[in-house]
Amino acid sequence: MSIIEELSNRNRVFNFLTPVASPVDVRHGPILYLDDVNVSFDGFKAINNLNLTIDDGELRCIIGPNGAGKTTMMDIITGKTAPDTGSVWFGSRHNLLTMSEPDIASLGIGRKFQKPTVFEALTVFENLELAMATDKRVIPTLRAVMKVEYRDRIDEVLETINLQAERDQLAGILSHGQKQWLEIGMLLMQKPRLLLVDEPVAGMTEQEMERTAELLTSLAGKQSVVVVEHDMGFVRSIARKVTVLHQGSVLAEGTMDQVSNDPEVIKVYLGEEA
Amino acid sequence: MWLTRPLRERSTQIFLGVLFAALVVVTFLHLFMPQDSALHVSAYTVTLLGKYLCYALLAVAVDLVWGYLGILSLGHGAFFALGGYAMGMYLMRQIGDRGTYGDPVLPDFMVFLNWQELPWYWLGFDMAWFAFIMVLLAPGILALVFGFLAFRSRVTGVYLSIITQALTFALMLAFFRNEMGFGGNNGLTDFRDILGFNLRTDATRLGLFIATGIALGIGYLICRGIVTSKLGRVSIACRDAEARTRFLGYRVERVQLFVFVVSAMLAGVAGALYVPQVGIINPSEFSPIFSIEIVVWVALGGRATLYGAVIGAILVNYAKTVFTGVMPDAWLFALGGLFVLVTVFLPKGIAGLLFERRKKRKDPDADPNTPSDTEREATA
Amino acid sequence: MSIIRSLTLLFIALISLLSLPAQAQEDDPGRELLINLAEAPASKVEEALGAIVSSGDPRARSWLEAFGSNRLSRIKDTGDVVVVLNNRGRDWEIANPLTGENMGDMSRRELDRVAINNRIRGQLEGIIAMLDLNAADPDVREASAQDIMGKVDATLVKPLEARLELEENAAVRNRIEQALAIYRVSEGDIEAVDILAGSLHPRARAALNNAVRGDNPALAAKAKQALATIEQKLKLNRAAETLYFGLSLGSVLVLAAIGLAITFGVMGVINMAHGELIMLGAYTTWGMQQLLPGQPGLALILSIPAGFMVAATAGIIIERSVIQYLKGRPLETLLATFGISLILQQLVRTVISPQNRTVVTPEWMSGSLVVNDALSLTLNRMYVLGFALVVFALLMLIMRKTRLGLEVRAVTQNRKMAQSMGIRATRVDIMTFALGSGVAGLAGVALSQLTNVGPNLGQNYIIDSFMVVVFGGVGNLWGTLIAGLSLGTINQLLEPWAGAVLAKIIVLVFIILFIQKRPKGLFPQKGRAAEG
Repeated sequence: MSIIEELSNRNRVFNFLTPVASPVDVRHGPILYLDDVNVSFDGFKAINNLNLTIDDGELRCIIGPNGAGKTTMMDIITGKTAPDTGSVWFGSRHNLLTMSEPDIASLGIGRKFQKPTVFEALTVFENLELAMATDKRVIPTLRAVMKVEYRDRIDEVLETINLQAERDQLAGILSHGQKQWLEIGMLLMQKPRLLLVDEPVAGMTEQEMERTAELLTSLAGKQSVVVVEHDMGFVRSIARKVTVLHQGSVLAEGTMDQVSNDPEVIKVYLGEEA
Repeated sequence: MWLTRPLRERSTQIFLGVLFAALVVVTFLHLFMPQDSALHVSAYTVTLLGKYLCYALLAVAVDLVWGYLGILSLGHGAFFALGGYAMGMYLMRQIGDRGTYGDPVLPDFMVFLNWQELPWYWLGFDMAWFAFIMVLLAPGILALVFGFLAFRSRVTGVYLSIITQALTFALMLAFFRNEMGFGGNNGLTDFRDILGFNLRTDATRLGLFIATGIALGIGYLICRGIVTSKLGRVSIACRDAEARTRFLGYRVERVQLFVFVVSAMLAGVAGALYVPQVGIINPSEFSPIFSIEIVVWVALGGRATLYGAVIGAILVNYAKTVFTGVMPDAWLFALGGLFVLVTVFLPKGIAGLLFERRKKRKDPDADPNTPSDTEREATA
Repeated sequence: MSIIRSLTLLFIALISLLSLPAQAQEDDPGRELLINLAEAPASKVEEALGAIVSSGDPRARSWLEAFGSNRLSRIKDTGDVVVVLNNRGRDWEIANPLTGENMGDMSRRELDRVAINNRIRGQLEGIIAMLDLNAADPDVREASAQDIMGKVDATLVKPLEARLELEENAAVRNRIEQALAIYRVSEGDIEAVDILAGSLHPRARAALNNAVRGDNPALAAKAKQALATIEQKLKLNRAAETLYFGLSLGSVLVLAAIGLAITFGVMGVINMAHGELIMLGAYTTWGMQQLLPGQPGLALILSIPAGFMVAATAGIIIERSVIQYLKGRPLETLLATFGISLILQQLVRTVISPQNRTVVTPEWMSGSLVVNDALSLTLNRMYVLGFALVVFALLMLIMRKTRLGLEVRAVTQNRKMAQSMGIRATRVDIMTFALGSGVAGLAGVALSQLTNVGPNLGQNYIIDSFMVVVFGGVGNLWGTLIAGLSLGTINQLLEPWAGAVLAKIIVLVFIILFIQKRPKGLFPQKGRAAEG
């Protein structure tokens, strides 16, 4: 009898359906910890003994020449690429290497791609709706109803990313910079603990860049933000701590001034730029 | 609720209205017009229309996965045929001892093959409710297992299309074998009655036609309900930018699996309604060419519209009926030409041509089939 | 021996040959021999036959054959022996056994049949074989020695042993020894079993089986042992045969798929009409043979370039008329090319015939290579296997070493970059597609030697071809080769216990499951380039 009751209770969530998400434990240290990670593609070492620590609430910029392994590093953190060796921890409880992309996303890691990736066949509003932190399992998604509070939250974000006017337009017709903003907006909807932002200001005007810098700095503290960027001016404007990647491992780490005076860095990176 | 939401939608209201009107008109013309009247619809025509409606439901099922999920299944004929076989097995058992050999339990072909008893998988098919459940379960389970394996390992795009084709091809070979116990080459035929009604009477034929119409209405509503729900938007998201969707926390493979299984079950229902109307089910329904033909119905009608699939299915099959009657040799030329013309000149199908203005907001601007550049970047 | 001397000898031999018919029949010793045979009483027939055999007369064989089939008769008037060519009706058509010349019809009343009893008839086969054992051609000797196996009786033992003494060819000696051993085993000779243990011939096995069932326990035990050895060897041979058939089927798959590996794997174009391009190649072979009646071999060789050109031209037309407009839309390309495949099939049905056409296998391709008694390899399959490997090697060469190959790889990897470096991408597209299509045509030429040529030929290979390419890893020619050969072999291995259809189903299901496990095939491309 009780079993039937149990099974017919529609509010019950079966174990196998529960998302693995549970609060991140940052009491004992950093929010993200990469230890001795190695990846190679066909003999090419994309990531080479990489060690990286991001503290809770930190805003970290990562720079490095092309092929330094920045995007691969993001792939590893978000579960897209499995490293050959090493470990990746989110807080002190979650081993990211054992988890899938959606699990990692639900756990609170949001990612913005290098090229803006939005759903072009959906409207701006719908893009944000999909990103919203709600129950993302199949049946609840099928039965989902647009509540007033959701609508308010979406409108709030629309305001933040300055796309109110484009609310009901297809995302496909947005400009490059607007798509960047929309994707950042989708990140905000996810309410992640850790944001991985890959080249957020590519294709933005000076003004838009400033707004982005403002937004990212305002997020830091509540959330941890990792920014990969080529634009040195932008990095200088937001960076507190900068990590330089080179050939798949950390070459230097410190403030922008420390890093830009590091002879090694000048040699491999800034030297080439200048 | 997700299922009733589309009822508030203009296009669904029109679609259901037209469908209902068509059912009423055909029924009226069949029953109340004198035989010699030009307006009389013969029982033959009623059955033919019923067949078209089965194909329409099948096309809607294909459009659900192809149009909204981006999965081009070249194996939907397999789900259709499985539903058909489940129904065929029920109809076979209904024959009872009226077969040529008069065996009360064994169908004729089993007696012919000298089988002594019914194989285990034929048990239960004498009961209508069991058979009708199997109409949903047989294709559903195949889709579940196949989809689970395929989507889990992220087999998509062309690869998926090719292996769905291989799947239906393998099933065709299997069903051709006498040892499988499904009548081999000849399949299942010589049906007598369904639920106690004689299949050869006009009234039963009309009943089947109406039932098919209702099934199409419900199937359309289910699909429309899915695509207008948030899940529908997630499906489109999976279609256009799978990696992005995954990084938002959606389990893409489960979304795909759910929609795929629903679609397979609808295809099964279409097959089940098809069999009593045409009076036979044989392995040719599994043939890859049939499955790929379904896709061209949808392409002609217009992808990702659902009603376009219905239009395409009915048009192509009407053309087929006409052609095969007048000049059978030309049919394959016409069909082949249709494949080429639709894909090259009419990528959005008839629906795109006719109703372009009306659905400016929802219709994907980019070609829905091509992953956009951004998606490619995301997977790189 | 000096050249002049040998030429003189040859000249003399020629003269004597030419003068043979001119020789007076009265002087012909053959006449005497035949009359002797005809007049011999039942007890002396063997003697008369012996005389004919030992005469070494080259015509002896035909006489004995005629004798065995009741076609030797005597003309009542003259007492001459003649061969009856046709014994139907009242008048029989006869020929001179000495010259072979046709003597016209003669009333059967005037003829007297040379009688033969069943005992003699039974021996005759052996005797004829003995005659052949004296032939100059060692192949004829070997064949006749093989014929004689199991037919040796007491009367043949002596002449066989004598022949063995003279024989120098090892293979013929071997056969004669086995033939003698079969007789000896049946007579209870245990030692002879050893000779049979080395033979794979079914008659040797039959003899051993008889010995096992016989009442001589020592012999039975030894025979049993020998049979076990043979069985072991047979297993090996059967395995080799399966492997051969598997590789043969595999080479067909490779041929069918390798063109696809280029159009699909390298260009990313799904060409569902690929099978029909194969069909066009096969029909080209048929057409060539119609054009060159009586010269199937020449026609076949000419079909290789012709088939390539026909299919390549068809490929170019398909590429220009349809595929170029569907660039970057693989699923649409799939549908459109499927439409083309329907049109091509129907075209062949309408223009040529819905029925299968027969393509003649040239003589040098038919027959088989006999390895031993249990293993013979059909030649046509061997040619196709070799052809597949050659085509593969050539393609590898083109892709790796030529300008075209370089340009193809450049365009596939980065179209825009390649274009900006001055490569005409459109031209490369056309060339690549033509190459892939042309190879499909070559596959058709080869297939025409193995299967029926009909409108459905292509359909039967398209799914298999895609499976091979996907299984091997898209964009990897080596993968296609290995996938094709291994799938062919797996299929053949399964066939004995699963049957042809089930084996095919199992292979399909296996590939479906395999792709789930490794979506990128056996030899995936890794890293960034693979996904770009």
